[in-house]
Amino acid sequence: MGTTDILVKFALIVVIFLISLLIAMYSTYAERKIAAFMQDRVGPNRAGPFGILQPLADGAKMFMKEEIIPANSNKFLFIVGPSLAIMTACIGSAVIPWGQTLVIGGHPIDLQVTDINVGVLYIFGVVSLGVYGIMIGGWASNNKYSLLGAIRAASQNISYEIAMGLSIIALLMTTGTLSLGKIAADQHGFWSHGWFTWNVFKQPLGFLIFIVCAFAETNRAPFDLPECETELVGGYHTEYSSMKLGFYLFAEYINMFVSSAVMATLYFGGYNFPGMHYLADAGVAQNWITIIGVIALFAKIFFFIFFFMWVRWTLPRFRYDQLMDLGWKSLIPLAIANIVITGVVMNYFIK
Amino acid sequence: MESFSNKRKVLEAKPLSFGERIYLPAILKGLSITLKHFFRKSVTVRYPEQKREFSENFRGMHSLKRDEEGRERCTACGLCALSCPAEAITMISAERKPGEEKLYREEKYAAVYEINMLRCIFCGLCEEACPKEAIYLDGDIVPADYLRKDFIYGKDKLVEAPLNQ
Repeated sequence: MGTTDILVKFALIVVIFLISLLIAMYSTYAERKIAAFMQDRVGPNRAGPFGILQPLADGAKMFMKEEIIPANSNKFLFIVGPSLAIMTACIGSAVIPWGQTLVIGGHPIDLQVTDINVGVLYIFGVVSLGVYGIMIGGWASNNKYSLLGAIRAASQNISYEIAMGLSIIALLMTTGTLSLGKIAADQHGFWSHGWFTWNVFKQPLGFLIFIVCAFAETNRAPFDLPECETELVGGYHTEYSSMKLGFYLFAEYINMFVSSAVMATLYFGGYNFPGMHYLADAGVAQNWITIIGVIALFAKIFFFIFFFMWVRWTLPRFRYDQLMDLGWKSLIPLAIANIVITGVVMNYFIK
Repeated sequence: MESFSNKRKVLEAKPLSFGERIYLPAILKGLSITLKHFFRKSVTVRYPEQKREFSENFRGMHSLKRDEEGRERCTACGLCALSCPAEAITMISAERKPGEEKLYREEKYAAVYEINMLRCIFCGLCEEACPKEAIYLDGDIVPADYLRKDFIYGKDKLVEAPLNQ
């Protein structure tokens, strides 16, 4: 690997990092706007035209606020909590294939930071690390509400990771690879050999299980029990203030972005879009197709982020026993049944 | 037991059907309702730029009236202050000097007339009590401010603009 390669990778990492921060910032704005529209209101409209500068104002406010570390908290872990939360949220985007290969000046640039052959496993590892940020923060606060929120987060994440993993296994049986780059490349185009190429049409039940688990993993409504304010004041971030609270909130939105990207890549064809073949046959330059693909991927991601918010402002929160019921008694058996069905269909119907 | 009104309704807790148990149809229905509202026009009145029309008997900020020759009607009799249930009105009266006949209608007038807008409950008893038709609550909403002292409105804010302006 030459120096230029390293520089290119570094630039790519910085760009992806900045994009995920930007999207997380504007997700807060989008969340408030979407909530407002769904409730027949206007939403933030004071800072700049249509309130476009609201995230900047919020960020400035977060930094200006007094920073409180409770006297009886574990001060080191109290700081480690939000740092870990935001770090694990940010490193998840490393294996997502953002597009095909760009060729600039005869030099191919792969729009994926690293295509490791266990990309799906890497995502799972990072996601399960994410719960440590919440756990440590909730425990270090030395507050019963925080601790309850942290315990809820831990048990919820562990329960739903199982169903998520099982739904992924059925997907891996059809794709035959763990590399996200290969999974995205296999879903080329939209239609081939008499069936859709996107995995959602091959694994509809698996996708359903996956998206429900993704809601639970990102602690989004209707599974936002770790921070449910009607029962636990603020849940695991009750004692947090200033930018440390901001990091927790930010981590949630980055998680949402990354899980939207993962869903788009695994099930909705990633950077592929219908009509790629025609563009290639019509002699459109490969770079343009790549750029359109990146735009298509981001359109899918934005749709999923919108869907996250849409669901949040529609459904009420689950009760805790209902949450556990759904996870253990419904989703896990369904996921196992999905694996069996997939195996049977692959063995006897599609040779 | 027989019901007296024949309106008794027996409720049974039926077990959920399969369609209800998988939740998804209900969730989709809910999502479609929220999406419908997403495209609906918002009902917000964007307040400082846009004002809702007041009703005819709306009681807002007070104004001290002038008569048809532009003289202040108030004679500082104190009936408004007496009638005020919130004790929001204070005044200091003064005697009209020769040469001020153009300014004040009666021989006595209010040199200082103050209403504490934080105390005022906008009941309108002062305008009912006034024998000279000098005070009316026909103004706008009292604007917000930062300091308590700025809510004590003196004659500079209360008296109507002179006629010739």
